[in-house]
Amino acid sequence: MNPVTELWRSLIEALVALGDVSRFLLRLILATPRALLRFELIVRQIFNSGALSLVIIMLSGLFVGMVLGLQGFQLLQRFGSEEALGVAAAIGLVKELSPVITALLFAGRAGTALASEIGLMRATDQLSAMEMMAVDPIERVVVPRFLGGVIAMPLLAAIFSVIGVYGAQLVGVQIMHVDSGSFWSQMRAGVDFRDVNEGLVKSCIFGVACSLIAVYQGYYAIPTAEGVGRATTRTVVSSAVMVLFLDYLLTSAFL
Amino acid sequence: MRKSNTLNLGTGAFVLLGFAALAFLTTQITSRGLHFGSAPHYDVTAKFDNIGDLKVGAPVSMAGVEVGRVSHIELDLKEYKAVVLLRINSRYNQIPTDSDASIYTQGLLGGKFIGLTAGGADTYLKDKSEIDFTQSAFVLENLIGQLLANFAKGSSSSNSSGSSATDAPATTEKHK
Amino acid sequence: MNTPAAIVEIRDLHYAVNGRPIFDGLDVDIAPGRITAIMGPSGTGKTTLLRLITGQLRAYSGSLIVAGQDMRSLRRAGLYALRRRMGMLFQNGALLTDLSVFENVAFPLREHTDLTERLIRQLVLTKLQAVGLRGAADLMPAELSGGMGRRVALARAIVMDPEILVYDEPFVGLDPISLGVILRLIRRLNDVLGLTSIVVSHDVTEISSVADSVYLLSGGKVAAHGAPRDLQASSSPVVRQFIGGLPDGPVPFHFPAPDYFGELLARGEGH
Repeated sequence: MNPVTELWRSLIEALVALGDVSRFLLRLILATPRALLRFELIVRQIFNSGALSLVIIMLSGLFVGMVLGLQGFQLLQRFGSEEALGVAAAIGLVKELSPVITALLFAGRAGTALASEIGLMRATDQLSAMEMMAVDPIERVVVPRFLGGVIAMPLLAAIFSVIGVYGAQLVGVQIMHVDSGSFWSQMRAGVDFRDVNEGLVKSCIFGVACSLIAVYQGYYAIPTAEGVGRATTRTVVSSAVMVLFLDYLLTSAFL
Repeated sequence: MRKSNTLNLGTGAFVLLGFAALAFLTTQITSRGLHFGSAPHYDVTAKFDNIGDLKVGAPVSMAGVEVGRVSHIELDLKEYKAVVLLRINSRYNQIPTDSDASIYTQGLLGGKFIGLTAGGADTYLKDKSEIDFTQSAFVLENLIGQLLANFAKGSSSSNSSGSSATDAPATTEKHK
Repeated sequence: MNTPAAIVEIRDLHYAVNGRPIFDGLDVDIAPGRITAIMGPSGTGKTTLLRLITGQLRAYSGSLIVAGQDMRSLRRAGLYALRRRMGMLFQNGALLTDLSVFENVAFPLREHTDLTERLIRQLVLTKLQAVGLRGAADLMPAELSGGMGRRVALARAIVMDPEILVYDEPFVGLDPISLGVILRLIRRLNDVLGLTSIVVSHDVTEISSVADSVYLLSGGKVAAHGAPRDLQASSSPVVRQFIGGLPDGPVPFHFPAPDYFGELLARGEGH
């Protein structure tokens, strides 16, 4: 088949997928008030998506912050502005690196867990069994997991930022001997509440996107072992593309 | 039940940690901590030939201390000048009316900000006053142009008075 | 002999999947208080029929009345209300893997009733006792064998005292002992609790020993229907092939394919 019709068909498929996912999101939102009554379930999901991701988020935050410290120092040294390392690292982390990297890591760790969990429940008829017992699986299984991800993401991103700044400080101040006072004061002067806010909004939106993609893929997974595996892979890939695309949109919107 | 207690504890700790991080970010690394919005203020205008890339939200400072922010930028189509609205914190209500407003650059690569230099008058700026003495932004192209023009002049005549290259070639205007 | 009004009444049912017709004018009556078996070769849509009866699927045309409710016009609220009067045993048990055996059986009670913990406990233990697994109440589903898992699922299906119990291939993969246990449970529960049981299976010998009435499906319609021994005595080729386990007959051995010799002699074109 010639490439033009292929492209056209993929475009149509993508649009259909987008429509499906949006309608699914609507279903989730409508079921949320009832799902909120099952507070215990939501708490458990926040634990699964958030607390269990802490280790990888903190480790990554530390290393990213340290690299930022190194690279930033090298770059600023050329302009004689090493003291600006604090503000450079903080802004880079808070506005861009934290939301994006946290989202990608989340998709890899928590997103795949959500997709495979729900997919497996689909494959072993647990979701159908719930339907048969007149319990809405969307309300009991999907929405708590979705909300768990949405709540966990901005918190994880904030933790990433803080650890990252300390990582940059570790390299910049302790190792490269940038003046500690300048590091922090320039940061305080240069970073605005608006920057923090933008980063927060980004991570919230990423949280919705990644959680939505994960639970969607799991819920509509083909009920075989292969199908669940495919759902998991698709979660990571779709989440990554979506996050980076949204990042561009949001960054230009904020500008 | 035992299992759900550790779960709740773990989740609570995580959420607390997250919010603590957020609080840290908002208070420790930003300049204004948590007070955003309107402290009492008054607005003063200033007209410039060229504001460079001065942006809304840029700080207004006096003797290096931040006294306010740029709140609005507009073009006056009659005089073809930039009209900048400065929102000054009401604490600083003793700025003489003949003070000078100039546009400076923060650091080497930084953005533009407005610096006020005190004059000697007895009357003070208040809401809706205008600053008469302004100095436009430093525009690199103008400097280069002037530099080249001076070199051209200096080589045709034998006068070596090209010292204008070292200072900011901003023009000081007095206008009413 | 008086025939009681059917608790499930199906008339002229039509259903298709991806254009392929599954039911082409199906008529079924399920009598209340009895065990009715639904049998047929693979792919005749036995599980689909169960899904239609329980409302997981919606028929294209025809009438489907369950316990007086017209399934075609039922909305979600009505459907859920009806489902609380039914129980379903899935092929692999379908226990919720993150809950213990006790919690699994208690699940419908916790979701739909306001009973106290004490009452729930008593009900759950009673049902577990009925299936012989009261001692396993604290185990997790992963620790159960297939047969045990299915029995727990059965306890869960009856915990709300349903009127209709639906079994989807309950004998698949069970050893003879577990099989015997399930058979006995199906019969006893049906009689003791006054249930109507619908069992989908293709284990002819097994199900014939407990069923009151059998429906044999083939080609999207009812091929035969009656008491088990009537079917044994039937002379219809469809029934004979199924009951006798004959490899060829109305259900062909060969999947439709072009002429055999023609394919062998072809010079590998198109393959």
